[in-house]
Amino acid sequence: MTVSAYLILASILFTIGAVTVLVRRNAIIVFMGIELMLNAANLAFLTFSRMWGDLTGQLAAFFVMVVAAAEVVVGLAIIVSLFRTRRTVSVDDENLMRH
Amino acid sequence: MSAMTTLAATDPSLVMSVPEQILFWTVGAIVVLAAFALLFSKRAVVTACAIVLVMVGLCFLYFALQAPFLGVAQLVVYTGAIMMLFVFVLMLVGVDISDSFIETIRGQRPLGVLFGLGLLACLGGAVLKSTMPPVQGIPQDPEVSNPSALAEILFSNYAFTLEITGCLLIIAALGAVIMTHRVRLTKRITQGEIAAIRLRDGMRLTPPPAPGNYARHNAADIPALDAGGDVIEDSVPTVLRMRGQVHRLKGVAQDLLPDEVPATRRPDAVPPAGDIPAVAETPQQLAAEAEAQGRKPEAGEGEVKS
Repeated sequence: MTVSAYLILASILFTIGAVTVLVRRNAIIVFMGIELMLNAANLAFLTFSRMWGDLTGQLAAFFVMVVAAAEVVVGLAIIVSLFRTRRTVSVDDENLMRH
Repeated sequence: MSAMTTLAATDPSLVMSVPEQILFWTVGAIVVLAAFALLFSKRAVVTACAIVLVMVGLCFLYFALQAPFLGVAQLVVYTGAIMMLFVFVLMLVGVDISDSFIETIRGQRPLGVLFGLGLLACLGGAVLKSTMPPVQGIPQDPEVSNPSALAEILFSNYAFTLEITGCLLIIAALGAVIMTHRVRLTKRITQGEIAAIRLRDGMRLTPPPAPGNYARHNAADIPALDAGGDVIEDSVPTVLRMRGQVHRLKGVAQDLLPDEVPATRRPDAVPPAGDIPAVAETPQQLAAEAEAQGRKPEAGEGEVKS
């Protein structure tokens, strides 16, 4: 068994996250799918970092974490303000721009 | 898997040690199973808990990948901050919301799953087909720990990136504040005005009495008793009274029931839940009522919704 197994695991997690974004309707669950994809990317970063013996990969994962934290703050604020105006968090009902 | 075994046969430095394999398979299975909750769980809270499990599992894997600092950061940032924020917002928008599994766009779900399978095939194929370098491993220097080695790169080569990231965090915090800010459309009711309204309308001026609190049942849903052994209705929060969740003493503290008190005056003779004092109608009264209950006026109660 090689270290590439981690990359396979990262691919599986990334796929689950991507399908979640495509299939689910609840905005919060969709958002959690995005978080899962970011985590899968982090796992791949760390695997490559170990493979090459270079700490820069770990640093990239660190920056992904910081950006993810900022993204969650703004995203959840959007969801909260959407819920306040539309009383729903379903992505199907957010069609304000269409009319 | 066959490609991986052949690779392992050709290059022994790519191989994971047996303990690491055990860790990988255990944690990997848990993580993938928990991640499937994203696709199949109906309730968002269950999904959030499953994702917390995924994050904790990934923390273990980060340690196995010789990244202890990021493992700890994963635990603190993701499970500690981000997922708790998710759960907080879930509570804010209502825990009871469950996703509907009715397709609104025809064929979207099968297409989504098909896309997922294709993506997995592409990613997996790329990983299995590519030639990986021999694993070098993170250099383990007993003098330099992982966090300080990371810090050395972070504050030298990537110092500018770090500063930009700081800007990003500030902008994000500001953005969240602006996005959730609501412009007040009505005049703010001050404490003095509420007191004046109470005086004018003959409402209660003092805070309501505290609920009865017996050591064996530490809850706010048991009414207090006055000196005569009568139940004080106002001592139970309005929300519990509206829901009919007021507890009778009978079920909680049998021995506390005074025997000599006539049946009509017994503490368990609470009027049914529908028998609630008149509910305030105007916004001012509502705000005053909310104030009297010791909480701040809620959204849309004392003001026009924006």
